[in-house]
Amino acid sequence: MAVGGSTGTELSAGVPAELLVEAAELPAGIGPYRLAWRRLSRNHGALFFGVIFLVIVVLCLLAPVYSSDIAHTGPNDNHITEQIKIGGKLTYVVSTIGLPIGPTWHSKFFLGADPNGRDIAVRLLYGGRNSLEVGAVATLITIVLAAIIGIAAGYFRGWTDGLLMRALDVIWAFPVYILGVALGVSLAISGIGPLRGNSLMVPAFVIGVVFVPYVAKPIRGQVLGLREREFIDAARVQGLSHVRIMASEIFPNIASTIIVFIPLMLANSILLEAGLSYLGAGVQPPNPSWGTMIADGVANIPAAIHLVLVPGIMLVIAVLSINVFGDGVRDALDPRAKVRIAR
Amino acid sequence: MARFVIRRLLAAVGVLIAISVVTFLIFQAIPNGDPAQRIGGRTANAAELALIRHEWGFDKPIYVQYIKTMGKILSGTVVSYSQNLNVLDQIRQGLPATLSLAIGAGIIWLGLGILFGVITAVRAGRFADRALTVLAFIGVSSPPFFLGALAIYYVGYKANIIPLGGYSSLSHPWSWFKHLIAPWLVLSVLFIGIYSRVLRSTILDIQHEDYVRTARAKGLSERQVMVRHILRNSLIPIISLWGLDFAQVIGGGAILTESVFNLHGVGQFAAQSIQRLDVPPVLVITMLTAFFVVLLGALVDVIYAFLDPRIRLSG
Repeated sequence: MAVGGSTGTELSAGVPAELLVEAAELPAGIGPYRLAWRRLSRNHGALFFGVIFLVIVVLCLLAPVYSSDIAHTGPNDNHITEQIKIGGKLTYVVSTIGLPIGPTWHSKFFLGADPNGRDIAVRLLYGGRNSLEVGAVATLITIVLAAIIGIAAGYFRGWTDGLLMRALDVIWAFPVYILGVALGVSLAISGIGPLRGNSLMVPAFVIGVVFVPYVAKPIRGQVLGLREREFIDAARVQGLSHVRIMASEIFPNIASTIIVFIPLMLANSILLEAGLSYLGAGVQPPNPSWGTMIADGVANIPAAIHLVLVPGIMLVIAVLSINVFGDGVRDALDPRAKVRIAR
Repeated sequence: MARFVIRRLLAAVGVLIAISVVTFLIFQAIPNGDPAQRIGGRTANAAELALIRHEWGFDKPIYVQYIKTMGKILSGTVVSYSQNLNVLDQIRQGLPATLSLAIGAGIIWLGLGILFGVITAVRAGRFADRALTVLAFIGVSSPPFFLGALAIYYVGYKANIIPLGGYSSLSHPWSWFKHLIAPWLVLSVLFIGIYSRVLRSTILDIQHEDYVRTARAKGLSERQVMVRHILRNSLIPIISLWGLDFAQVIGGGAILTESVFNLHGVGQFAAQSIQRLDVPPVLVITMLTAFFVVLLGALVDVIYAFLDPRIRLSG
């Protein structure tokens, strides 16, 4: 299914009226990215969620500060037999029947403890760091591989295209979670080359590969249209090499598509990481991530619902803010684009 | 036309073979995942392991192992490493739960996806559009196991309206319904979010087409224009999305929903087999899902080519 492919050859035909008005009041010769930035800066909803996401990123990066200066405990430190003072009264962190303490709203165990007596707030921030890191690396892998494959397939056509597209078809026909879990479990045992199996880069690699077809196919569709345009012929006649044409003539023309895909893939990578971790094929314990924390919580239903709520709400807010901001970026870059919300 | 169909089907078979090879290799490539060890258990000694290796053919070259396994799958005699049970029987046991989940959820997400898509497109920019758009964004941002856990805790444990998981056979329809209503909704949320967004943007695009103006100009009511002219054309991408998503769910792709609700379906069986590094069930389930996905993908292409000659001629 080729999504996208609008190359911008047709002019005013289907342009929404408000864009024509906007074009009329702008000075001539403003660049597409300046224009996009102007549109985005008027979209207050998208900016608001962009800021929320930035706040979450900063909080997660400050995890070590919170851990050492406020909570005074690490993400994997057990306090299972300890007592803390709440309202002048000593309370067990984990009660004698195994119930962990709920949110205390104090510096220690701000959001409660888990059955191992670990501080959830500390784990939430460290887990967020891991989830975001996996998501970011996976997105980088997806985007880079998809850009290379999509451009090469669309530019060379013929058997290169056939071979690459069939390879993508194979990944694409796999159910996302079955491929992800299968790769995740087997690589968690063996590791990839120098990487140990419990490295964060293993799920990042798995997720990055799984999503390549969803990005590479639309890029290829666009490149197929671009390569027939006059400026490519001109470059060829000038004697530019294939690599040079792809890098300096085609790439700038698909850059906005790639930018649109970045937030989309980041959101989906974080969600897939959570899913894989839930099934035991993502981030490996005791290393926290939002997915592993929710999985721990699900195992403890109905004893301690805060174990599910805290990481779950955090995850939804983070992914939601990326999605809304990404939607704003897409509207700003190409109001007529039809990029699907992929899974 | 016939050439197009044949070529498309041949490509589909090629993809299926490639998928089986890839799945096989993913598990064979694990250095310390010796299948003989898994069959023999912890107490097996070296001689027993060697015997198991010989009996199951693990001492043969990898391509011989692959061909033998595929032969067993096609003849229906393949057994799992860890439990030594016939894989096809086990999948058949999971099938009622998975089919119930897929069909019920498929109807819900298609119906509500179209309904919300139309509402948001017709009321674009107004309150209903904004509210449903917010819900759609929350839907595509929520992992199903989180929603499932919330449903089990608040609706199941606290309110005691639904059971805490498991599957109940269709012979007790009310119990079947109570066990499945939460999984249906949880699985549907993501798809409703996607479909309503896609449909909304397609409808808003099509509204400016000439034939829509013509339909309005000849005096059709707004409702007739929407249903007969706009919606009918906007539904094409939705139906093809639905075909592919439905194929994945039927083939066990709803692993997360099945696992959190403990439905014992095909997807949960796949997840458990993967965790045991049990190759044969995983191989069969991936091929089953891929078969549905490739088949429905090819079917969608052929239907498109039938409806739209431009695809047929350029393909």
